[in-house]
Amino acid sequence: MIRFLMTAGAASTLALCAAAQDVAVENANLWTGDSMVADATIVIQDGTVIAAGPDAEIPSGMETLDAQGAWVTPGIFSAYSQVGIVEVGAEDSTNDTTAPMSSFSAALDVADAFNPAATTVPATRLEGVTRIAVMPGFGSNLLAGQGLVASTSGKADSITEPKAFAFVNLGEAGAALAGGSRAAAWANFRAALSDARTYPARYIASEEGDILNRVDARALAPAARGDQLLLIAVSRASDIRNVIALKEEYSNLRLALVGAQEGWMVADELAAADIPVIIDPYDNLPVRFESLASTQENTQRLIDAGVTTALAYFDDSSHQARLILQSAGNAVANGLDREDALAAITSAPAEVFGLDRLGHLTPGSTGDLVIWDGDPLEVMSAPTRVFIDGIEQPLESRQTKLRDRYTDLGDRDLPFAYKRED
Amino acid sequence: MKYGLRTVAALTLLAGVTACGGENADPSNKESTSQADGTFDKDPYPSTYSPYPSDAILLKDATVYDGLGEVLENHDVLLRDGDIVEIGEEIDAADDVTVIDATGKFVTPGIIDNHSHLGVYPSPSVSAHQDGNEISAPVTAEVWAEHGVWPQDPGFTRALAGGVTSLQLLPGSANLFGGRGVIIKNVPARTVQGMKFPDAPYTLKMACGENPKRVYGYGGGQYPGGAPFSRMGNVAGYRTSWAKAVEYKRKWEKWEEEGGDPPTRDLELDTLKGVLDGDILVHMHCYRADEMAQIIDMSKEFGYKISSFHHAVESYKIADKLADEGICSSMWADWWGFKMEAYDGIRENIPLVHKAGACAIVHSDSDIGIQRLNQEAAKALSDGQRIGIDISKAEAWQWLSANPAKSLGIFDETGSLEPGKDADVVVWSADPFSVYAQAEKVFIDGALLYERGNPDLTPVTDFELGQPGEGDMK
Repeated sequence: MIRFLMTAGAASTLALCAAAQDVAVENANLWTGDSMVADATIVIQDGTVIAAGPDAEIPSGMETLDAQGAWVTPGIFSAYSQVGIVEVGAEDSTNDTTAPMSSFSAALDVADAFNPAATTVPATRLEGVTRIAVMPGFGSNLLAGQGLVASTSGKADSITEPKAFAFVNLGEAGAALAGGSRAAAWANFRAALSDARTYPARYIASEEGDILNRVDARALAPAARGDQLLLIAVSRASDIRNVIALKEEYSNLRLALVGAQEGWMVADELAAADIPVIIDPYDNLPVRFESLASTQENTQRLIDAGVTTALAYFDDSSHQARLILQSAGNAVANGLDREDALAAITSAPAEVFGLDRLGHLTPGSTGDLVIWDGDPLEVMSAPTRVFIDGIEQPLESRQTKLRDRYTDLGDRDLPFAYKRED
Repeated sequence: MKYGLRTVAALTLLAGVTACGGENADPSNKESTSQADGTFDKDPYPSTYSPYPSDAILLKDATVYDGLGEVLENHDVLLRDGDIVEIGEEIDAADDVTVIDATGKFVTPGIIDNHSHLGVYPSPSVSAHQDGNEISAPVTAEVWAEHGVWPQDPGFTRALAGGVTSLQLLPGSANLFGGRGVIIKNVPARTVQGMKFPDAPYTLKMACGENPKRVYGYGGGQYPGGAPFSRMGNVAGYRTSWAKAVEYKRKWEKWEEEGGDPPTRDLELDTLKGVLDGDILVHMHCYRADEMAQIIDMSKEFGYKISSFHHAVESYKIADKLADEGICSSMWADWWGFKMEAYDGIRENIPLVHKAGACAIVHSDSDIGIQRLNQEAAKALSDGQRIGIDISKAEAWQWLSANPAKSLGIFDETGSLEPGKDADVVVWSADPFSVYAQAEKVFIDGALLYERGNPDLTPVTDFELGQPGEGDMK
């Protein structure tokens, strides 16, 4: 019900500023989210793609860009980020990723913290990343809270989908947070699911749950009932098998994995269970005992087995979420088909989050479009134009302003503090 | 019991001195130790590395980035007896030379990472493996990174697959003076001595800014409390130690001239004196431009040279000064914002430093980043080109080999493709400024120690044996 209201609200906002949301791009080397199309034209009207392909017709009078054969892709979608909820990582006062002192868990909602004006937002946007899944971190509980999907427009209404998912850790970190072992993590998690599934009845009957308070139980209820995506952080093959078994037990759960460094070892089971994964293609070190079998071929092996796979950059997911294009390129260098790599940063994350209008440039899709100066997966390429909901975005950030101030260090009439460009 | 076994292994190793290559070479350069005359051994843990056996190799018809700023199309590179012998257009192969067709391939000097914590913060990152910061005091110039290096860190093998042939292993940045770094060849070995770069100088890790004052002043009683609480305290801490080192140096010089009882050894001051003597190179973690300027003044106050500022995310603000002072900046392509002193990081830092005529270095400080430093250089290069800084790929390769080699005092041996230098060479599947390029062959001192896809030439550490994923493509 809440989600329905939010969606309706967003739609009316779109309608208000529709005039600036019409644009056509022709002569594109187009990645649609599903396939490559040469000499394509994309037409965005009222912020939505109305036509895309070699024969798409441009309505008369619509502003039209000639891509001159350049790559055009849907806006890139980072499936795992903390963009907008932390400004300076080490400064706790600016860091809303975790709440180690909070007594709440599943109810912690990153939407309350998300700041569209954070400097990470334009820094991410100007690398072509237009949509971000924003994750709560793990503070005091294996249930991290509620995550969201947002655009990187920086606008007040940039949350695309609040409460897009709940997030739980059932790996080493979850074990530690639950009291010290995987057994504790699973006992804790099963009790939480039970509390949430029976909310509010049991709280009327007995005032309290086995492990969750009333507020957390209410927050976890949609995920526990399969009405909301439940992301589970796990790495080790045996932990992943336990999650697969959970899904067999509760087939209505909507599950996706985060991490899954040993996912390739159980790829066929994951595919059969229809559980998608969000992984970092760089992971290839036995950093923890739960990720001994990490390999850069994880991406390719999972995708080849039929597992829906979205890519992320885990190392610094707030300031460097933008690096997933490079990650995808490296996955290709390690055996992944290039179109699969493109899908893994566009349409696949949209599929994971159940937001199929994102991550595509096909009729009906959201008008997030990026024009590139080269192969988007190449480290020397960059966007030349970025559109979100059909609106062209500035390719400026606090970083580009610092750069412009100090590009020329020659003698000056006034100190650097006076040098500022619009 | 574990310790007993380890002792036995070490003794066996010492006995195993052999004439051929490997990690057991006779440390014949060891200076004599004499307590009687008061001098002491400045190299008590000497390198036992010597090059592994190698065939003479001719890499034919490659595109060569020579590491000195030139690109040579359709050139051949001849490696023999561990050295680069010749680079030319049509080198004739003698009968004993193995010819490798490198058409379409790229050949470069091996990448040198001058900022790594491999071995001291190894994988797996368990509590028992946290050997990179001796946080017991803000000044621990007496500790040496090599005494904390675990040679079985799988990270070394991943770096090798990324074309890294030499690296500096550093203590962390908790302390004002973190201790000595060690320069190694990226050769798997049973001991760190078997990896040490022969005759490379020692280095000293220092740290500016947030880390020392956070770890000590704000340690909350977890660590020894007290100074430094502030950047003021940081500088006072450095200066106090340098003043002691000046005094210590004077005592030794007086003793050398006048004899008598030698001064009492002080391991901390031995290291600092080594810096003042010009034998030990200073590598200093420092983010902010204004702090770097303070540290430069301090180095002049006490009479030493800073080899390189590390991380240096604000070098672009004072690139002109860094060029004047001849100080390198060891930088990431695009890390920023994880702490306040990294807040002003920009993607054009590296090319702006280069443009100012200062020494720019791409470093990793990461077991992931070290695997693709070529891509970090590529990102920085393209970001520079996009704002009109005209740097060629061949010039940019200096950030990966020649400049780090200079900062480490090993440029006479490695860091460029020149006759007579160590044959530390990488053959890339494509232009290494492409994300799709892979290091196909990595030679260290002429020995082929990594070949992509060849299980016989893919090292597997002890730790990985018998574990899930053993011997897999990583």
